Amino acid sequence: MLFTSGAFLVGLPILCIVYFVIPQRFRWMLLLAASYGFYACSGLENLLFILTTTISTYLLTCAMERIADQRKETLAANKSVWSRDEKKAYKEQMQKKRFWLLVCCLLLNFGILAVLKYGAFTLRNINSIAGWFGQGDVFAVPQLLLPMGISFYTFQTMGYAIDVYWEKYACEKNPARLALFVSFFPQLIQGPISRYDQLAQGLFAGNGFQAGRVLFGTQRILWGYLKKMVLADRILPAVTTLISDPAQYDGVYAFIGILYYTLNLYADFTGGIDITIGIGQVLGIPMAENFERPFFSKNITEYWRRWHITLGTWFKDYLFYPISVCAPMLNLSKWSRKTLGKTIGKYVPVYAATLIVWFTTGLWHGAAWNFIVWGLMNAVIILISERLTPLYDRFHKRFAWSNTHAYGGFQALRTTLLMGCLRMFDCYRDVPLTFRMFGSMFTKGNFSVLWDGSLLELSLSVSDYIVLAVGMVLLFVASMLGRKGSVRQRILEKSPVLSCAMTVALFLIVLIFGAYGIGYDSSQFIYNQF
Amino acid sequence: MTTKRIVLSGAAMLISAIVLAAAAQRLLQPKYMSDVVEGNLIADYYESNYTHDVLFVGDCEVYENVSPVRLWEQYGIPSYIRGSAQQLIWQSYYLLEDALRYETPKVVFFNVLSMKYDTPQNEAYNRMSLEGMKWSPSKVHAIQASMTEEENFASYVFPILRYHSRWSELTADDFRYYFGVEPNFFSGYYLRADVKSAENVPTGRPLEDYGFGDVCWEYLDKMRMLCEEKGVKLVLMKAPSLYPYWYDEWNEQIVAYAEQHGLVYINFLEEKLLAQTGIDFATDTYDAGLHLNVYGAEKLSDWLGAYMQEQYALSDRRGDAALDAYWAEIAERYDAELARQLQNLEQYGSIHEPETT
Repeated sequence: MLFTSGAFLVGLPILCIVYFVIPQRFRWMLLLAASYGFYACSGLENLLFILTTTISTYLLTCAMERIADQRKETLAANKSVWSRDEKKAYKEQMQKKRFWLLVCCLLLNFGILAVLKYGAFTLRNINSIAGWFGQGDVFAVPQLLLPMGISFYTFQTMGYAIDVYWEKYACEKNPARLALFVSFFPQLIQGPISRYDQLAQGLFAGNGFQAGRVLFGTQRILWGYLKKMVLADRILPAVTTLISDPAQYDGVYAFIGILYYTLNLYADFTGGIDITIGIGQVLGIPMAENFERPFFSKNITEYWRRWHITLGTWFKDYLFYPISVCAPMLNLSKWSRKTLGKTIGKYVPVYAATLIVWFTTGLWHGAAWNFIVWGLMNAVIILISERLTPLYDRFHKRFAWSNTHAYGGFQALRTTLLMGCLRMFDCYRDVPLTFRMFGSMFTKGNFSVLWDGSLLELSLSVSDYIVLAVGMVLLFVASMLGRKGSVRQRILEKSPVLSCAMTVALFLIVLIFGAYGIGYDSSQFIYNQF
Repeated sequence: MTTKRIVLSGAAMLISAIVLAAAAQRLLQPKYMSDVVEGNLIADYYESNYTHDVLFVGDCEVYENVSPVRLWEQYGIPSYIRGSAQQLIWQSYYLLEDALRYETPKVVFFNVLSMKYDTPQNEAYNRMSLEGMKWSPSKVHAIQASMTEEENFASYVFPILRYHSRWSELTADDFRYYFGVEPNFFSGYYLRADVKSAENVPTGRPLEDYGFGDVCWEYLDKMRMLCEEKGVKLVLMKAPSLYPYWYDEWNEQIVAYAEQHGLVYINFLEEKLLAQTGIDFATDTYDAGLHLNVYGAEKLSDWLGAYMQEQYALSDRRGDAALDAYWAEIAERYDAELARQLQNLEQYGSIHEPETT
């Protein structure tokens, strides 16, 4: 079920009304039923996978907790009896048990993800390697079912399991509650990847109706629909046209494709997140923000702190830090310092960890080489940027104008274009083709397409361009205003009437200018595919 | 904020949204006042305050081939054409069912060309056939039966969901006719005065299967039973349109059906009947034989009027002051439209005025 489907648009208000009408203690149960209903709409067989993740995580985290409790009790009982070494040995023994439980949980659930999402990709690559040696296909490549949102709920749930292992918080004793945390419907499609300790309170509190919150939530939902339906879905046909025929649309067209896809992806992804967070806000369930004006970033590192924040922090907390301090990495660090010297050697483990994280990030986005190359390219650019930081600092000290707003704007534009170029791997989904198309931007020289009317032959009319231009201005102004705090809050404080009028206006804008219905192909959210 | 204020604010916001959306919907819906005018045919029926002795139901082969004004002026028979472009048989059935909620005519003519379609065809024609209907169970069923795969019911309930993208195509007509359209039909008749003779009309290509679809027979049965139930005489007709081609195999099935159920079936493509009507496809069609022009429609109406008076003893209703006044108004518009078209034909070679820029 899509956020833009009729069933969802009708069902959501009904759910919200029922949520506020029923007794507080039943509200989370309603959300659980709604979430499973929502998920079942994507295919009943998908329930099997989400249930497996939920049940396995529940059993294994509870087992981890029982061992931790047992450890505490035993240590308390033997506090004065055992020596320090005995206590340490016991702790290690128990921690080892917990560790293996966590490993089971991770293996099972990441294993499901790996098989379903990466199985075919792996087999295809094995067949390709066999082909280099003159062998035929070693394996038949099956078409595997990919349950909706599996990357999102698996990462979220495994984050929870690791946190329980790290004893950041107690495990959830009620399996139904854990099931809701795993399956909470607004975030199933494209995140954000929530943390249990942040989401649980709102999820199970059963907060009642609160006018201001409902108004803000509604505004956020409508703003999300505006981004998705007015902008993303409107520009999508042009993006599809440009990508589908690279032979015809190269050179300047490829550059235009970068710009169009940047807008398409941003409006689509942030629009979906706005809808998700808005629904949470209406229901009184705060969710983590996933974006913070990413196109205002002055460099790629900053960009990744502002784009898909919850995925970035997930990788940082559960992959980058753990592998940075794991035994093999510490050994690598020692070896590199010894072999390459302290200056260069100290960077080796950091670079290795960064490359692993970005390789995984690329792989998370899709089972294809283009995503892997995209991830590694990000890593390379980030590492180069970091190495050049002293040079940048000297540059900024030397030239005062490099600290002006204008130069900041230039940096933001540069970062946006750089990220757009990297996203070409995502667009064309073919590594050699992406490089060819990138090269064509500098060699083709077909600049006349900018003014000879060719841009009107990309499934976009003049009126479409007008809507897109106005919409982009609206996004820019909202982003600028948003730097000083909540725009909605400020408008409400200034005038409740204006706030209500803004809500009505947003509704009408989506209703009239939305790219939906006959003549438009309502598209899935892009991140739903990941 | 007090609960009362919250409720009032919420209600005000909701009402504002609904009112503004409704206003926008009205603006964005096509007005069908120029170019494709057929979109107003169906709604036009509800403007009539008088009942009719005869109803014609069907597609363009009725609303362009029969002139109710002529039937009134020559025979005093009040009639109405509930027809629309590519009106499918189930649409004809539900439109008839809808009409019978308001009146009980003595005779209903159903043009059988639509028997050839047993699946939903075209969204644009669906819209023109269905949107003008007043809401009733008949309309609901008609929509459900007619929707193509790309359509959804909600967009019939809230047409803005379909027409929202027309904001970039709005014309002066959309503002001029915001509060209502002007009548441009004459008791369901679409008048055309131009002439384009029928030459080299192609014969139909052989078909794999000449059998009409089950769903068409089902709706023809329903139409027959509905008429029986209401005490209305149902007459099947095939209008004298040369194209789309009317196959002999199709004709035989209708003949058999009519015989089986004791219905009258009049095929105006039969040479004998064509001769009786006096229709000449060199002068009486405006689009090379697809539809009759006003001269052909009046000839066909003359034949029908005489036939109905003879067969169904329809009385001459002229002399009823109210009816006379009602039909005089329609006839006046009819004559004016005919005069306008003739003047345009003479002046511009087309029934339409040249587009002003």
